Amino acid sequence: MVEWTDFERQTIAGIFGKIDYETVGSAALARCLIVYPWTQRYFGNFGNLYNAAAIKINPLIAKHGVTILHGLDRALKNMDNMKEAYSDLSVLHSEKLHVDPDNFRLFSDCLTITLAAKMGADFNADVQAAFQKFLTVVVAAMQRQYH
Amino acid sequence: MVEWTDSERSTITAVWDRINVDEMGPETLKRVLIVYPWTKRYFGRFGDISSTAAVLANDKVANHGKVVLKALDKAVENMDDMHSVYAPLSQLHCEKFNVDPVEFRLFADCLTIAVGCKLGKDFPPHVQGTWQKFLSAVVEALSSFYF
Repeated sequence: MVEWTDFERQTIAGIFGKIDYETVGSAALARCLIVYPWTQRYFGNFGNLYNAAAIKINPLIAKHGVTILHGLDRALKNMDNMKEAYSDLSVLHSEKLHVDPDNFRLFSDCLTITLAAKMGADFNADVQAAFQKFLTVVVAAMQRQYH
Repeated sequence: MVEWTDSERSTITAVWDRINVDEMGPETLKRVLIVYPWTKRYFGRFGDISSTAAVLANDKVANHGKVVLKALDKAVENMDDMHSVYAPLSQLHCEKFNVDPVEFRLFADCLTIAVGCKLGKDFPPHVQGTWQKFLSAVVEALSSFYF
């Protein structure tokens, strides 16, 4: 099981306490679709994704980004129990949505960069390490039910 | 060979121009050692790197960060010929330093995050995409001797 230091718990809680879900969620998903364009394949029904400008203003993408970010709330509340907490979402992404599990890592990378750009110097090395550890554990939990 | 559009070339030059190698080199290398602690194995002769505080205060790490980041100059100036330009460095890292080529990607990831922190709003998704394409090409060139 993953061990968390007090610093890590406080850092992660602190970040999520201050996050503007609407801005960060939509920006992170838009980044994913722009930087890793093959991920657009999952969003065929989402309207115009023709170029970066279109993706950034697409309201369905923005809304879905917020949904995904709120999906991290359960990680925050179950840091000592993430595998069980994410079991149903993992099954959903595997069996129903058929999302390649590597995409969870791509989204977390884009989320990390979105936050870095927002937090600037406050996203120092220790904060980066804690946040990336948190996301790595979430990604592993999300990948767990795939076979 | 990698194809670069005019827009990608000017984006990469614009980002590189805003990077202060003496500041961002040390910052990036320190991030790598803190966020991915196993990388410390390459720096046994650098003195005290046992804790975050020690890494942040270590002059040898700072100087080495400058050396590493300065070497990106070659890439910016030789975007169409990265393999030949990096051949000697690739051989050096492989045969003399025995650096696992995975570490090049870790350094590139930390550099991208440091750039994100510094540029904030000026690091939108399409700039990130182009920058990451550039760093992937560098990483590939540096890894070329290994395979």
